[in-house]
Amino acid sequence: MPIREGIKKVMVIGSGPIIIGQAAEFDYAGTQACQALREEGREVVLVNSNPATIMTDANIADRVYIEPLTPEFVARIIRKEKPDGLLPTLGGQVGLNIAVELAEQGVLAEEGVVLLGTPLETIKKAEDRELFKAMMQEIGEPIPDSTIVDNVDDAVAFAEETGYPLIVRPAYTLGGTGGGIANDVEELRAIATKGLKLSMIKQCLIERSVAGWKEIEYEVIRDSNDNCITICNMENVDAVGIHTGDSIVVAPSQTLADKEYQMLRTASLKIIRALGIEGGCNVQLALNPNSFEYVIIEVNPRVSRSSALASKATGFPIAKVASKIAIGFTLDEIRNAVTGKTYAAFEPALDYIVVKIPRWPFDKFALADRYLGTQMKATGEVMAIDRTFEAGLMKAIRSLEIGVFGLSLKGIDRMPQEALEKKIRIADDERIFAVAEGLRRGMSIESLNEISKIDIWFLEKIKNIVDFETELTEGVKARGSSFLTADVMKRAKRLGIPDIYISQLTGLDEQEIREVRKNYGLQPVYKMVDTCAAEFEAVTPYYYSTYEEENEAIPTERRKAVVLGSGPIRIGQGIEFDYCSVHSVWSLREEGIETIIINNNPETVSTDFDTSDRLYFEPLIPEDVLNIIELEKPEGVVVQFGGQTAINLAEPLAEAGIKILGTPVKYIDMAEDRDKFDHLLMELDIPKPPGRTATSVEGAQEIAEEIGFPVLVRPSYVLGGRAMEIVYNQDELLEYMTSAVNVSPRHPVLVDKYMIGKEIEVDAISDGEDVLIPGIMEHIERAGVHSGDSIAVYPARSLNRKQAADLVDYTTRLARALHVKGLINIQYVLHDEQLYVIEVNPRSSRTVPYLSKITGVPMVNVATKMILGKTLKELGYQNGLYPAPDYIAVKAPVFSFAKLLQVDTSLGPEMKSTGEVMGFDTDFSMAMYKALAAAGLDIPREGTILATVADKDKDEVIPILKGFVDLGFRLVATCGTAKVISEAGLPVDRVNKIREGSPNIIDIIRQGKIDLVINTLTRGKMPERDGFRIRRAAVEHAIPCLTSLDTTTVILSVLQSLEQGKDFTVIPLQEYLS
Amino acid sequence: MKAALVLEDGTVFEGKGFGAETRNFGEIVFNTSMTGYQEILTDPSYCGQIVTMTYPLIGNYGINPEDFESRKPFVLGFVVREFCELPSNWRSEKTVAEYLTENGIPGISEIDTRALARRLRNHGTMGAVIATGDSIDVAEMKQRVIGHPDLMGSDHVLKVTVKEGYTMPNDGYRVVLMDFGAKLNIARSLHDLGCEVIVVPATTTANEVLALNPDGIMLSNGPGDPENVPFAIDTVRKLIGKIPMFGICLGHQVIALALGGRTYKLKFGHRGANHPVKDLATGKVHITSQNHGFAVAADSVSKNEVEVSHINLNDDTVEGLKHKSLPVFSVQYHPEAAPGPWDSEYLFGQFMQLIKQERR
Repeated sequence: MPIREGIKKVMVIGSGPIIIGQAAEFDYAGTQACQALREEGREVVLVNSNPATIMTDANIADRVYIEPLTPEFVARIIRKEKPDGLLPTLGGQVGLNIAVELAEQGVLAEEGVVLLGTPLETIKKAEDRELFKAMMQEIGEPIPDSTIVDNVDDAVAFAEETGYPLIVRPAYTLGGTGGGIANDVEELRAIATKGLKLSMIKQCLIERSVAGWKEIEYEVIRDSNDNCITICNMENVDAVGIHTGDSIVVAPSQTLADKEYQMLRTASLKIIRALGIEGGCNVQLALNPNSFEYVIIEVNPRVSRSSALASKATGFPIAKVASKIAIGFTLDEIRNAVTGKTYAAFEPALDYIVVKIPRWPFDKFALADRYLGTQMKATGEVMAIDRTFEAGLMKAIRSLEIGVFGLSLKGIDRMPQEALEKKIRIADDERIFAVAEGLRRGMSIESLNEISKIDIWFLEKIKNIVDFETELTEGVKARGSSFLTADVMKRAKRLGIPDIYISQLTGLDEQEIREVRKNYGLQPVYKMVDTCAAEFEAVTPYYYSTYEEENEAIPTERRKAVVLGSGPIRIGQGIEFDYCSVHSVWSLREEGIETIIINNNPETVSTDFDTSDRLYFEPLIPEDVLNIIELEKPEGVVVQFGGQTAINLAEPLAEAGIKILGTPVKYIDMAEDRDKFDHLLMELDIPKPPGRTATSVEGAQEIAEEIGFPVLVRPSYVLGGRAMEIVYNQDELLEYMTSAVNVSPRHPVLVDKYMIGKEIEVDAISDGEDVLIPGIMEHIERAGVHSGDSIAVYPARSLNRKQAADLVDYTTRLARALHVKGLINIQYVLHDEQLYVIEVNPRSSRTVPYLSKITGVPMVNVATKMILGKTLKELGYQNGLYPAPDYIAVKAPVFSFAKLLQVDTSLGPEMKSTGEVMGFDTDFSMAMYKALAAAGLDIPREGTILATVADKDKDEVIPILKGFVDLGFRLVATCGTAKVISEAGLPVDRVNKIREGSPNIIDIIRQGKIDLVINTLTRGKMPERDGFRIRRAAVEHAIPCLTSLDTTTVILSVLQSLEQGKDFTVIPLQEYLS
Repeated sequence: MKAALVLEDGTVFEGKGFGAETRNFGEIVFNTSMTGYQEILTDPSYCGQIVTMTYPLIGNYGINPEDFESRKPFVLGFVVREFCELPSNWRSEKTVAEYLTENGIPGISEIDTRALARRLRNHGTMGAVIATGDSIDVAEMKQRVIGHPDLMGSDHVLKVTVKEGYTMPNDGYRVVLMDFGAKLNIARSLHDLGCEVIVVPATTTANEVLALNPDGIMLSNGPGDPENVPFAIDTVRKLIGKIPMFGICLGHQVIALALGGRTYKLKFGHRGANHPVKDLATGKVHITSQNHGFAVAADSVSKNEVEVSHINLNDDTVEGLKHKSLPVFSVQYHPEAAPGPWDSEYLFGQFMQLIKQERR
């Protein structure tokens, strides 16, 4: 029985916005935690600033607070709610850090709140390097030689004793922020300086590098009765030296003998016992590949990205079990939800292999430093399950959605040998392809092992695939499609090679290959993830495909539908789409329809085996999806909630004769095909910025000439504004057309007039006839900044009655004309008092979760019912605009710039943010204040502002700066801006531009003399090195940097309100919705 | 090389052969351990059995010279989804296939081992024949195996026990290890605690054991049905109460039978490294390594001065016994691990404590 009987009301802290190092895994963990606690009759109070999460739905916790995750706000909520216990281990590092601060400030003691799961001392022991080292020495567990420093000189002194390479790890940061490997004194100084700055306690660990050793992780759970189990171990394909979040990982370990496995398991158990954790813990170890020597690298005393992966890899719900343990249950009292018979006190046995590959954002940030090291850079990850490593790897690669279906990357065959070897040695995101190319070129396994430190076992398996590729290519070259015998096809499939890759390798038509395969009767079977390697009968329908004999996924006779998920989290396609997929599933289940989810993202709620009736953990490409559909025979497929991933599957599925539920494919295409869409707008007489599609460089130039600069240029069919830019003249246009895109009739480029104005966004739900608009949002930043990077305010404040009526009219007519059944998202620009349509997405959008939460309209639920044929009237909704409430909700973007070197932080049409937060209040400036605080924008109340603005912005900036001066800010500016400021009669100190010599702007940023930077782009998109360096310096020194005057104006108004003594309130979702 | 596995119920699995080219009849079982195939292959308790590994990738880290659990492998066949031809580990000296070939054991790979494990789970352990070679005759194999459940024989302990005893000298307690098919790590574990370990054949009599003047007696694991070793039961009956005694696996079952208890065959046994066992005295759960097809009936011992000390959390079966007044205790699982978790190593320490108490 639970020991902690007094704990009736529990507060759970979420992890806030999605950033690199902290993604959807904490929504999955937190949602499970809330559900598990309520299952045991506890009242749950949840705090999280991220509106795109399932956990912040009103039905997940009893009291949901969407408020900033700062000690100030959380303390207020604690004082209001008076919970008995605080569970801080489900919200990642953010949750843990807040708990530490609240405990240290005495808030928990004052309010009598018990810290659940992990004791405060333990959090400190695991996080504070010195305490950790002392504890490891006490229990006799080895750690690398190291020292803790709080200044750079001490780091250098240690290096003189131990030698290089050395690893620098700042204490208390996320995903290794600010860490790195130093090979010499200069590198050490640079990394240590930055690391000390970023560490919450200004401490860094400098440690002997064990780079090249095997990196192994164990997920461990302990209960209050000191029962300890390991859920899963994992082996990184990439050796120590690359952050585990950036490594390809397999579960279970593959190259460890039982002795090594048990040795490391025993060490992990010893550590969780010494730490006294009641819940989950992650232990990372390095194992010498040539001996039994090992060292402990890191311990996370909480659930983590790895525990989400381990949960999905094994079927063991770590967060759920950890939450029950936190309120006093022991492992032998908690049922194993998968078998329904056994208990949580056991260790999962896998009879398959799991492969995880990170998803990096370098498709969006072409100029970013893409080398992988101790600083995590991936935004998300995919997981694949199969019975061989080869097949798992191949599935994971095609799940990434990077346009690659096998081991060959376009252009890598032409890479010079030296460059290829460098790519293999100093890993970047494309290393796996470089390794395969090395094998193709005849590099030996030994030499590849030598330079990459990837274990020979993995290299041999990659070679199996490469060898088969060669055999296939040559066989078909010699004998045509007759080479594809049943045996060859079976081997291909057992290696995980998809039809499309066979087609790419051989030049044969994919459809023909598919038919050949079908004629052989070669279909995958589906096996169950059951936690026990078939030893017990399992009740949870969680499946993966494999080419073997026995199929365990026996379809039911029920009405059923497939919901396609959205794959890995990436910039432009985040957790919002998982939120939508999950809600669609819930809505279908309400209607009595069996739901089948297909997805490959292990971090998400959608891939929790409890979410749908059946979960298929599979790649989202036509072949894999069709195989499932052919087995399950659903009524149709829902594509509008899984982002662009799912929408892109609509056409191939429809071509294969599969019914797409909701908006017909023809109209999806009409909304996405530029020419057809322009035609439709003309017919409907709805204005849009002038512009057309160009299929050549000359064509683009002609269009630009005709409509006039500036113009917005982008390839058609884009995701998150990829390669979208505003160009101001013919030179810039030419440069864009020749370098950024590869224009052709097959790959047209859209050229539109760039209209400056307010951007307005709506999401609407239609049953094909009536159209409901739950809300209108307005962006703070003028059009030209990607909608995903803009601050959005609901309800819109700038539209007059006529404009609002126009907007409702346009939206309604567009939805009808596009035969929308379900959701549609439309973006408008308000230019010279006239609304123009700038973009239409015939699917759910990024703003749906946010809008659903603040309006109380369960948008996905309603949309799903429209898809099933219900009408808005039947559900009790009126046509048109839903009445707005009397409060304001602000959605603000969150960026991960500190983790991505060489990425420009300025905002533009290309999306750069990784996540979002929401602030809401009855007062606009307080809602804005909350959103900014939640976004981590640490706005100083006083101090020094560095202003460097473009000529075109100089008039506009003066009143803004005057406002700041009135609040007591000091101004510093470079010559041009300084001149304008002093001419306006404001006090300003001039500072040197970079080329004017030291001390210059960069120096004073580094010296910590600047508290806020206002920097606007000088001329169009011309690379302005000073500006770029100022922005990077600000990011790297954690100083807020504003690149839009619209944002700056709003921040000024917030500061003015605070100055006037305005205060905010904290209200749970449940109260303002009622 | 071709290979086939035919079960007593007529189910045929055809795959790729590895190891020796031969044919064997035996009882087919499955093991869910993800590591430790070398220890499993050489665990004498598998004598008479064809072993299926549910983990699909076997042989990844090869065979090393250190992790053997007996002088040779006693399994009759090895069934895997995929075996690794190019292993990778610093201690590896050869592949699993090479090792099986050297020892005349057939292996089959490239079959749906999960389908096989599910069949055994649903229908129970059964007889089977495994054959390798390009001229195998599946029809004939079927004829030979269908309807012949008892292909195992009953004299396994005598096959695997040492022919002659030997001593591992040390300066601590003297422990006689009765070898019913002992895994080497039992002797190693005792030796590591300072014990002088005298390993004796399973047929050693009570008087012969007493003549060695031991401080403690260790009864080992071993293959088959405990009722097949009446001689050992008799020996143990005579020794109980005289010398502190600790039994593991078959040793545990023999103690139960010697104390008047009863054993029965489990549907498909416990074979793996993840079995949760609850210590009823402390309420603590340990993850244990297991390999047994028989179990002690709980109700058969409770009336006789013996208490059930441990149970399996998965199916509530008896996992440990303790005599209320005499210095005897036993466990069904493997505290010596190899393969499997090291969580129960402390039981050897308890045995030392028991010896110490008795000597006082």
